[in-house]
Amino acid sequence: MNDNNHTFTGTSEKMKQAKKKAYNAYVKQVTPSHNCFLNTLNAFLSGGLICLFGQWLINVFENKGHPHEIAVSYETLVLIFISILLTGFNLVTPIVKVAGAGYLVPITGFANSVAACAIEYKKEGQVFGVGSKIFTIAGPVIIYGMVSSAFFGLIYYVLLMTGLG
Amino acid sequence: MLKKRGRSTIVFDQGPVILSAASVAGQKEGEGPLGSGIDFISEDSFFGQKTWEAAESEMQKKAVKLAMNRIGAHSQDIDYLFAGDLLSQLMASSFGLMDLQIPMFGLYGACSTMGEALSLGAMAIDGGFAKRAMAVTSSHYASAEKEFRFPLNYGNQRPLSATWTVTGSAAVILGKPEKTAGRTVCIQAVTTGCITDFGVKDSMNMGACMAPAAADTLSRHFKDLNVMPDDYDWIFTGDLGMVGQKILIDLMKKEGYDLSGKHRDCGIEIYDAQTQDTHAGGSGCGCSALTLAAYILPMMLKGEWNRVLFMPTGALLSTTSFHEGKTVPGTAHAVVLTAGAA
Repeated sequence: MNDNNHTFTGTSEKMKQAKKKAYNAYVKQVTPSHNCFLNTLNAFLSGGLICLFGQWLINVFENKGHPHEIAVSYETLVLIFISILLTGFNLVTPIVKVAGAGYLVPITGFANSVAACAIEYKKEGQVFGVGSKIFTIAGPVIIYGMVSSAFFGLIYYVLLMTGLG
Repeated sequence: MLKKRGRSTIVFDQGPVILSAASVAGQKEGEGPLGSGIDFISEDSFFGQKTWEAAESEMQKKAVKLAMNRIGAHSQDIDYLFAGDLLSQLMASSFGLMDLQIPMFGLYGACSTMGEALSLGAMAIDGGFAKRAMAVTSSHYASAEKEFRFPLNYGNQRPLSATWTVTGSAAVILGKPEKTAGRTVCIQAVTTGCITDFGVKDSMNMGACMAPAAADTLSRHFKDLNVMPDDYDWIFTGDLGMVGQKILIDLMKKEGYDLSGKHRDCGIEIYDAQTQDTHAGGSGCGCSALTLAAYILPMMLKGEWNRVLFMPTGALLSTTSFHEGKTVPGTAHAVVLTAGAA
């Protein structure tokens, strides 16, 4: 009797899972999605445009007589500043609608994610608002960026020690 | 005699009457197809407040006052409030309505809350526990984005299945049926939804999460009352959007009911999909409430429609359960609205 019950619950649970699986497959079929090729193309062009602008900035700073490292730092700062300014005027959302990862992957996306949180959570105070929530979106990028750079640093160190690096 | 029919439907002897309704909305909703029916539209998305949450509270306060003014009622004339919103701990309702000092039941049914509030309000009146009860719900695009998704200024690409949370609030005052000169709309029956879960985890496709719940409540409603889709002028769901509508029609076809030509969705009605860039449609507690107060009730009072099934749908999404890998279950509460001379 008990065994029968077990079998019954087993199949019923299995049937439930199968039903859910079938529904999810059906949902996937009827849900429209963005054109992947067009999205990639937009991201490629807009991301390229931002990088081109960045390179132009580096050239300008270098021509002013700054060493390469300093020129690159200045370029990063300018891009961050522009992105924060655009965030403040709520202009990033319409840009990203078209540009997608082209805007989000360069430093402009990172700056937007930090500034957007700062603006939104300012009303919850300097400590529990801005202080603790400013990295809500950027936090994972920072922490896993640090962890992976330490990991790759270790590999590099081992390679150096063994004379391969 | 027990008023319950079948598994989950209640039929009222004398349906509680909708005495008054009022709606408040933001600019985007005002520019939408239902804009002309909305009572108060604010160009300022903060509604004169400092935070999004306070803005939403202000909308509720305004909707409630407009609904009371319409029939010359004061706080003491309302026996109970049934109110809800989408924010944590029903922040918008408790801060928005506390000054009124009306005994209040706070409800959470996600975007289905207006259906839940109307059902309970009608039960309170029909049971003789209240002369007048008010149902009020709200949602705000910015506070909902902050609660469930990202800060407002964060740039991200919305999928085509995503819906746009409606900035709006509506209040409906229910009362005992009285002899009046003109047409009135009353609540004849309600069907209460169960929690339905078909295993969808995509919170950006809430139409797909809620459609099975809508289909479940709808088929139980038809069976409980032994009625068919053709017995209604329209069947309005809350915020299934384009994707959910298609799924609901498909699911109901499997159950043996043909909804095509009978089904409309508040989320599809409230925005112009061509010009307002809202993707699958509108959503939120304010979506169905606003459509009810600004479109459905006026059409019924004008005599265009006589019998409408109003069924707000809710995606019971929590950011915690979502991040813990859980699915997004749905629910739907159906309310039968009938219009006629009292």
